Amino acid sequence: MFSRDLWKEIFETISKNKLRTFLSGFTVALGILIFVVLYGFGNGLKNTFNEFFMDDATNTFFVFAGRTSMPYKGFKSNRNIEFKNDDLDDIKKNFPMFLEYITPRISRSALVKYKGESNNYNTRAVGPAHQYNEKTIMMKGRYLNENDVLERTRYAVIGRLVEKDLFGTANAIGKYIDLGGRAFKVIGVFQDDGGDNEERYIYIPYTTRQLIEKNTDKVDQIILGFKQEIGYPGAMAFEKSLNKFLKEKHNISPEDQRAIFIRNVADQLKQNQQFAGVLQLIVLFVAFGTIIAGIIGISNIMVFIVKERTKEIGVRKALGATPRAVISMILLEAVFITTIAGYIGMVIGVVLLNSLGNTLKDYFITNPYININTAIVATFILIIAGAIAGYIPAKRAARIKPIVALRDE
Amino acid sequence: MIEINDLHKSYKMGSNVLHVLKGINFSVKEGELVAIMGSSGSGKSTLLNILGMLDTMDTGTYMLDGVPIKNLNETKAAQYRNKFLGFIFQSFNLINYKTALENVALPLYYQRMPRKERQDKAMKYLERVGLRDWAYHHPNELSGGQKQRVAIARAMAAEPKVLLADEPTGALDSKTSYEVMDLIQKINQEGNTILVVTHEPDIANMCKRIVHLKDGVIEKDELVNQVMAAEYV
Ligand SMILES: Nc1ncnc2c1ncn2[C@@H]1O[C@H](COP(=O)(O)OP(=O)(O)O)[C@@H](O)[C@H]1O
Ligand SMILES: [Mg+2]
Repeated sequence: MFSRDLWKEIFETISKNKLRTFLSGFTVALGILIFVVLYGFGNGLKNTFNEFFMDDATNTFFVFAGRTSMPYKGFKSNRNIEFKNDDLDDIKKNFPMFLEYITPRISRSALVKYKGESNNYNTRAVGPAHQYNEKTIMMKGRYLNENDVLERTRYAVIGRLVEKDLFGTANAIGKYIDLGGRAFKVIGVFQDDGGDNEERYIYIPYTTRQLIEKNTDKVDQIILGFKQEIGYPGAMAFEKSLNKFLKEKHNISPEDQRAIFIRNVADQLKQNQQFAGVLQLIVLFVAFGTIIAGIIGISNIMVFIVKERTKEIGVRKALGATPRAVISMILLEAVFITTIAGYIGMVIGVVLLNSLGNTLKDYFITNPYININTAIVATFILIIAGAIAGYIPAKRAARIKPIVALRDE
Repeated sequence: MIEINDLHKSYKMGSNVLHVLKGINFSVKEGELVAIMGSSGSGKSTLLNILGMLDTMDTGTYMLDGVPIKNLNETKAAQYRNKFLGFIFQSFNLINYKTALENVALPLYYQRMPRKERQDKAMKYLERVGLRDWAYHHPNELSGGQKQRVAIARAMAAEPKVLLADEPTGALDSKTSYEVMDLIQKINQEGNTILVVTHEPDIANMCKRIVHLKDGVIEKDELVNQVMAAEYV
């Protein structure tokens, strides 16, 4: 079946019937191309979702306080709830088995000056643990430490772009900046993968901020990290008991949904991953639709080819072509064209995906790619399906009666 | 060479049955040149197709070179056709995208002859029909007479026992027809057995024997004085 002569015969047929070869090859190549691109887009969508979370730790809760929405234990509705430093201590004391770190965050915008340069920046008054939750990377100097919190030092850790804005190419470490009318010493410069916004923050000790604001002990927001090993169910349980604990402590009705709000990043991530998974499934479904369409295309072309070659097949049979010879001729031609065209379509698709990179980021497609094995398997499926689809018309061709094919009309 | 006994053939067309051949008895010896004559629709092609194993008979027996031709499956029929028979058709039936040489070599391909040998042999037969210089031309570059000569070379290339020609001159003008008949006569003189279906008396008279078909039976089977086509060329 795989003799050199048969291949010669097939190459001759292919090279002498260029339009037919092109049309069938084009359908196959297009099918694979669309599959590869769609599949790559599916991965690109997933990348986008992952990227939203990647630069921050995901074992994180953000705890906010708001106003009560119902009366409870003699307290009226619409009471303002605020966290204080002792809330941090209580959480530490009550949840040691869950808790990895905890830090408050007080966000204020401030005018910051250095020599001639000035600009408005968001400052975040935090504890040392904040570095873990934002995955802040120090470029030079150091981050805030426990001692800074205790001593209420006037130290600032600034983003890479803050240094660039205010200091140009000069080194900011050890210099004093004017932050909202007070001098702060720059002790560190950081970078962050989260993008430009993340690199325009200034971190100071939260106790320093509290001192500036009339020695208050209020904190806006509590950020805490739970131990990775408690897993997703552990995180959900922790969220629940933390909610209950804070409500009891602040005399809030257990039914009140407004007063305390916990943003559970792990839960959000999971939901988003599920969403991305569903999206990818849909894309995959569409992509397989394309493959099916490609297969149908191949069988149509095969039916057409056999019809077009009816007379030729009749002649060949009269000259001694066995049914087997006819089937191998038709089938091998189809498989050969499908293989070459499928390969071309796959390569174009992969190259196209690679060249896209981040150009479609506005459409939530980041770095679309296809695993090369997936592409090869898909191409293989199409080739095999094409062969099966081609077998039926080839078999029909083999059954063509020479007298019917050769009748002169 | 050919032995046929009580051959019947009918075609079913819906509820009608068209009885085309109603008991043909007929034999051909090696080296004969036989014309099968009859009006259009008399069953000449049907008979030739059965002899060529392109069609099956309903009842009767058929022996070809001592081999009974009966209940052949497709593969066997193809192999027998390749080995025993060469076909020449009214409309040539060359493959358009192949050169004259490739067309002639095709039956040898199905004999699994090596490529080089195949081409040498095909070239030899093309030379015999006077078309050596046209070997690498495609059929659409050839005249009708040339095409039929290529077809004759193709039929002979596999060196079959019998050549079957169905109205080989039907699509040609008379001058070209005589040239083709001249070629057929020469091939016959070399000892080949040839059956020619025709409805033209002058073509039939260039054979050595004429079988007249009418109403599904052989009406007359006569030896004739062969008219040499060369006289008209
Ligand atoms: N495949 C077929 N199905 C039905 N009728 C056929 C078929 N082939 C031939 N016939 C009929 O059989 C008769 C003989 O046909 P044919 O052998 O081709 O005649 P000839 O070659 O002598 O002109 C004609 O009437 C023709 O219509
Ligand atoms: Mg006829």
